[in-house]
Amino acid sequence: MNIAEQLELLSRTVDGDRFKDRLHACDLYPLRAGGVNVLQMNITRRCNLACKHCHVNASAGRTEIMDRKTMDSCIAAVKRHRVPTVDITGGAPEMHHDLEYLLKSLCSPDRRVMVRSNLVILKEEPWKKYLDIYARLGVEVVASLPDYHAVRTDRVRGTNVFSRSLEILRELNRRGYGQPQSGLILNLVHNPAGAYLPGSQQALEAEYRRHLRDEYGIVFNKLFSLINAPINRYLEYLWRSDNLDQYMQTLQCAFNPAAAKHVMCRNTLSVGWDGYLYDCDFNQQLGLRVNHSAPYHVADFHLDRLMNREIMVHEHCYACCAGSGSSCQGTLE
Amino acid sequence: MSDSYYQKKDLQDFPNIGEFAPEAGKKFFDYYGAATSGGALTEREKALIALAVATTQHCPYCIDAYTNACLSLGVSDEEMMEAVHVGAAMVAGITLVHSTQMRRIIKQKEM
Repeated sequence: MNIAEQLELLSRTVDGDRFKDRLHACDLYPLRAGGVNVLQMNITRRCNLACKHCHVNASAGRTEIMDRKTMDSCIAAVKRHRVPTVDITGGAPEMHHDLEYLLKSLCSPDRRVMVRSNLVILKEEPWKKYLDIYARLGVEVVASLPDYHAVRTDRVRGTNVFSRSLEILRELNRRGYGQPQSGLILNLVHNPAGAYLPGSQQALEAEYRRHLRDEYGIVFNKLFSLINAPINRYLEYLWRSDNLDQYMQTLQCAFNPAAAKHVMCRNTLSVGWDGYLYDCDFNQQLGLRVNHSAPYHVADFHLDRLMNREIMVHEHCYACCAGSGSSCQGTLE
Repeated sequence: MSDSYYQKKDLQDFPNIGEFAPEAGKKFFDYYGAATSGGALTEREKALIALAVATTQHCPYCIDAYTNACLSLGVSDEEMMEAVHVGAAMVAGITLVHSTQMRRIIKQKEM
């Protein structure tokens, strides 16, 4: 499905109950940003996996990769405007040949730098080296582990991905990640392995902690529980499996104005491999650039004009505002 | 209007069951919320109990709601099926234990 078809399908599915109108009803439309506390950089759509829930449609066949000039524009913007958090994602960020350069340029004691890793990439040459690079630079690792049941994780991510992920989690633990007082942060990401929403983050974190510790001797800091956004591969799964209508109805019924008020795009800016700016990674995958006269390329980064920008919304935004809310860092607090 | 008494979308009407009796409805939801949220038992354990009850009571709304709740809370397929078997075993046992009356009457009446 191309982007136009996806947007059209989502509009048709919500059946007139538009996200924009929900925001209107709780005095949040137009939704405006309140700052840029997080710059999320999607540096490549290439990945060694092709997970069924992936909103990026990432795979080994993707070729999009950020060039050095764009990367340098991002680094300059972060430093000039003292953006406190940089969230590096993909695809598999490790497959970008300049990731080490990017991390060395960004890491400093007053900045939080995190990399979203699929873990299994760190078992392979030439990317194994990042285990030590992350630890040396104090990079926060945000690791995808959709479920603590092997069968569910493998169903989403591929055969034996769960057991290979555990091997890397052990390697990270050995280097101090997730261990008390080490200062090395290892957070895990839960995504439902099907057409349902995640339960309470607190309850899931307790189960993850118990299973991973008791069965595999693995420790971690926090669990981020994410709602799957109905975009790209996951949208196609919902549609093909005849789950789309009910999934969207569930999201619509669970719309929570308090979550909408604190939704992550209000303090996040997302930059794509080609330097274009988006309100979030989901909008990036749907080609919905920042708009309403805010600068839309990182080369023209202008904090004053971006920090109060009007946010582009569409029907997929229901996913971030359901129940306790959902963001790239889990439930909204 | 559909000819079926049970419609999937009726589950969405559950929050409105206090209509026409709001005071009793509120009391019910307060109680329902307190009984099903985490306490001495976890939310996960309570969802499994609810699923077992839902199947024994043949409530399609509750089966839908609590299968989803169990999935959301990371309950495995095997754990859910075991909970249903507990419900099934209880129903079988409850049925069979009532044969006591039957057997007593038989013994009373037969020569």
